[in-house]
Amino acid sequence: MKISVTTSDFDLSTEVNALRARQPQIGAVVSFVGLVRDLNHTSKVIAMELEHYPAMTEAALRDIVTAAQQRWQIIDTTLIHRVGKLLPCDQIVLVAVASMHRHDAFSACEFMMDYLKTKAPFWKKEHTPDGAHWVDARESDDLAQQRWVMADPTPR
Amino acid sequence: MNIKLVYFARLREQFSISEETLDVPEQAAVAMLLDMLCARGGVWATALTAGNNFRVAVNQELAEMTTLLQAGDEVAIFPPVTGG
Repeated sequence: MKISVTTSDFDLSTEVNALRARQPQIGAVVSFVGLVRDLNHTSKVIAMELEHYPAMTEAALRDIVTAAQQRWQIIDTTLIHRVGKLLPCDQIVLVAVASMHRHDAFSACEFMMDYLKTKAPFWKKEHTPDGAHWVDARESDDLAQQRWVMADPTPR
Repeated sequence: MNIKLVYFARLREQFSISEETLDVPEQAAVAMLLDMLCARGGVWATALTAGNNFRVAVNQELAEMTTLLQAGDEVAIFPPVTGG
């Protein structure tokens, strides 16, 4: 399990190669990369700042990976989240999951992103021509996370 | 007993403070701490009124209003998260 909270950029190929290296039992890798868009609602985004709660962040991310491991057959995961100042087109987040079969990797990857969006202590601040403002949490992200709770017979 | 308070994102900016130490009664729960902070008035009362959108973590774990505090706890108050 690799978990990293960093100001540095990442390379998808490098991370996926490291994830699956010397593990011939891996039959599937699913990865998700989140990016900074240049438009949010109606205003143009010039830059974005990502703040986090350093003492809590890695533990929260580890909890999310552990929750996924309890639901699906996962061989290994890589989770990278950037913090600090980012620009449009920059990569923000990587979730990569390796498993024997694709279903586990697809589902676990989506599950981890949905939980990360609602449980991990990161906050985005957008800089626009009209000034800087904190991004509001979206109800659709809560609903995306809630559907996993509904689908799970054991409460989490 | 003393606890450490930390604030993040919009709340950190509204309160103009990122952390502080506060003396709270023994056996205080999160709800009592929030009442004490609301009693400061101004932005504190506006931001931390019940039903408003914020989260509380005690020792880096999301907490409830009924969570009891212990001496030396780190209590974080922050807006709903927006990472990813």
